Amino acid sequence: MLEIGKLNVWFGSGIDRVDAVKGASFAVPKGESFGLVGESGSGKSTILRAITGLAPHWSGRITVDGTELGKSRPKAFYNTVQMVFQDPYASLHPRHSVDQVLGETLHLHGFKDIDARVVKLLDDVGLGQKFRFRYPHQLSGGQRQRVAIARALAPEPQLLLLDEPTSALDVSVQAEILNLLVDLRRDRGLTYLMVSHDLSVVGHMCERLAVMKDGAIVEVMAVDTLRRNAAEHPYSQSLLQASL
Amino acid sequence: MTEQTLRQWLLTDTPTSRRHAKLSAIYQGWLSFRGNTMAMIGLWILIALVAIAAFAPFISPHDPFVQDLGNRLGPLGTEGHILGTDSLGRDILSRLIYGSRITLYIVALVALIAPIAGLLVGTVSGYVGGWLDAVLMRITDIFLAFPRLVLALAFVAALGAGIENAVLAISLTAWPPYARIARAETLTIRSSDFISAIQLQGAGPMRIIIRHIWPLCISSLIVRVTLDMAGIILAAAGLGFLGLGAQPPSPEWGAMISEGRRFILDHWWVAAMPGLAIFTVSLAFNLLGDGLRDVLDPKAGE
Amino acid sequence: METLLDIKDLWVRFPSRHGVFDAVRGVSFTLGRERLGIVGESGSGKSMTGRAILRLIRPPGIVEATQINLEGVDLLKKTEKQMRDVRGKRISMVMQDPKFSLNPVMRIGDQIMEAYRLHNSVGKAEAYAKSLEMLEAVSIRDAERVMRAYPHEMSGGMGQRIMIAMMLIPNPEIMIADEPTSALDVSVQRQVLDIMDKLVKERGMGLIFISHDLNLVADFCDRVLIMYAGRVVEVCEAARLHEAKHPYTRGLLNSLPRLDAPRDRLEVLQRDPEWAEAPSVSGRVA
Repeated sequence: MLEIGKLNVWFGSGIDRVDAVKGASFAVPKGESFGLVGESGSGKSTILRAITGLAPHWSGRITVDGTELGKSRPKAFYNTVQMVFQDPYASLHPRHSVDQVLGETLHLHGFKDIDARVVKLLDDVGLGQKFRFRYPHQLSGGQRQRVAIARALAPEPQLLLLDEPTSALDVSVQAEILNLLVDLRRDRGLTYLMVSHDLSVVGHMCERLAVMKDGAIVEVMAVDTLRRNAAEHPYSQSLLQASL
Repeated sequence: MTEQTLRQWLLTDTPTSRRHAKLSAIYQGWLSFRGNTMAMIGLWILIALVAIAAFAPFISPHDPFVQDLGNRLGPLGTEGHILGTDSLGRDILSRLIYGSRITLYIVALVALIAPIAGLLVGTVSGYVGGWLDAVLMRITDIFLAFPRLVLALAFVAALGAGIENAVLAISLTAWPPYARIARAETLTIRSSDFISAIQLQGAGPMRIIIRHIWPLCISSLIVRVTLDMAGIILAAAGLGFLGLGAQPPSPEWGAMISEGRRFILDHWWVAAMPGLAIFTVSLAFNLLGDGLRDVLDPKAGE
Repeated sequence: METLLDIKDLWVRFPSRHGVFDAVRGVSFTLGRERLGIVGESGSGKSMTGRAILRLIRPPGIVEATQINLEGVDLLKKTEKQMRDVRGKRISMVMQDPKFSLNPVMRIGDQIMEAYRLHNSVGKAEAYAKSLEMLEAVSIRDAERVMRAYPHEMSGGMGQRIMIAMMLIPNPEIMIADEPTSALDVSVQRQVLDIMDKLVKERGMGLIFISHDLNLVADFCDRVLIMYAGRVVEVCEAARLHEAKHPYTRGLLNSLPRLDAPRDRLEVLQRDPEWAEAPSVSGRVA
């Protein structure tokens, strides 16, 4: 589904150039949930932004569903790949109601039966109709994140990029959102690429994970390996120690 | 539906339709605006101004253009002329009443032209960036580098004296600050997650600017415009005073001060009354602007 | 154990258009020379409790309590001017994000020295020496370089250590730390906590540690108050937090994903409206 080969991402140029990702390679087969773990500044979110085209300067190879990506993304790309952002307080337009957010997304993807689809999407993420005409300031953090997930699901993508989807939420709300994501993946056969600093969240959600440090991937392993405390790289082990 | 349930309907947290949600949002904004006494005073003054302008022929005691040289420079409280008469014996109160129409006309036109031009230039410049940003902002700088009244004077001198040209000149000098504000807001909005999110839906730049950036810039521009209104009225009055705005015998307030200037020591009210009118309306706009900022500014809202 | 702080029936109210909102409802607890944790979700009133002790609630918010005694003196009876001597000098506060607490256009050294000279009338040289000492106390290695640096050149963990160093200058008796490590990476988190732990022990300070992270609090504190909807629903020994009885605490603990015990679904907290209604549990130790 997704193949990343020798990916480099940088910001700025000349002496201001910052290399955020250095030579990262990994592959996510269809239907798998893959985690990217690392501390802040390790470049894990930058990989997601490079895939979606939000980070303009990159080199290497990104292949999604068999198609190698160029510098610009065709419109159809966004039917396949969608993203859920970290902070649900920042990812919804403060003056647009839930209905507007979902309606516009559906309109942009050329759907005709917008009303019916908005209703269905809200049901799918467990919000229900009474939230349809609310504005973001009338919603809690968890409800906002559900709206953001509904927006990402609107074009019926196959690959969902999750950028720390629960780190801004309370633990009890985190549990609800993680359960929702698990259900959606099972029901829709989605592929997840999930970024998190929380090993236990990745352990819960993913089958395999990559550990990142300073822009490079230091280890790719199965979650079971992590559980058995059989991680090889010392950095992975120290992360594991810190989070137990 | 009774009064109480209408209120509940408007304050609900679970709107049932698009229209309901919109109305409810407007009503909550109105409630917090209503809590601001000074802003309400400003609003009432402006409503009164609009009413006066609309009903000028009915409420003005005299024809503002009829001269009565036998009764010139009548003091305050002269029989039939509460605010006295000017150098040609015209009733000052009636002239003020009719003058409110001109003031509103100027204000409305400038408020339509300058912020919209500024919004357009600023958001495009901020969102697109690169060389377009550089070019547009340098043009803005050029306009900003001139003192406003001097630039307006130059425009009016080139276009010819008259109220429309005065409005045009003021608008041409008023848009650059709005462009700057809009650009600064756009720069912060552009990098936010919800803009990234809509980009991921394949939205083009035009759509993002108009539907996602404008609604967030407009509120701060509205506030800024109301706060600037005082300056605009004064600029129009200044042009009138210099004889480059409204032409006599038009009862424009600035022109009235200009006429009264000759008698300012012996017959102060001839200049002071229109001055007071300008002051009141400017103050009203300032108060309204302050109140609107509290309601519309998303930063203060949380 | 000696009681530093004794709070009885603390309420924080916010009057609004829709009636009075009670952010903190009748919270009582004492603090000795110990590490007291306050845990809860966002909106549970835990931060408000911390701020209310220092009377840092902005109007229109109102702080009410039978007493907030700092070593026998009621803080509520003090004037605003007297409170300023309490804040920082006797009770200090560490906030979540050091970025917002440090002045971005002043060198770190100048800020620490200014803080020091505000409380002690000493010359520049002595203030400098003292500031270096403070930075070293929070395990900053090349303190001289840090003194010359600006806040933006510092990482989050570094900034938080500098904040703690600044808080320690007036030698306060009580430190209130409001989510001091939530903005930090796990590895750095540990270091900052170790520093705070060391200081509390060495100086015999009382620490109020406000956090949303149950495991962290269980690990780090001596005693824990669990807050829900402005009330304290449970008080327990930190080491026994995992044996907590209140369904809310249990629910929070169970909703955490665990690496060592994988599950298909996480338990979702079922909120009982009664939790918000029941009176506060007292955290007072006689």
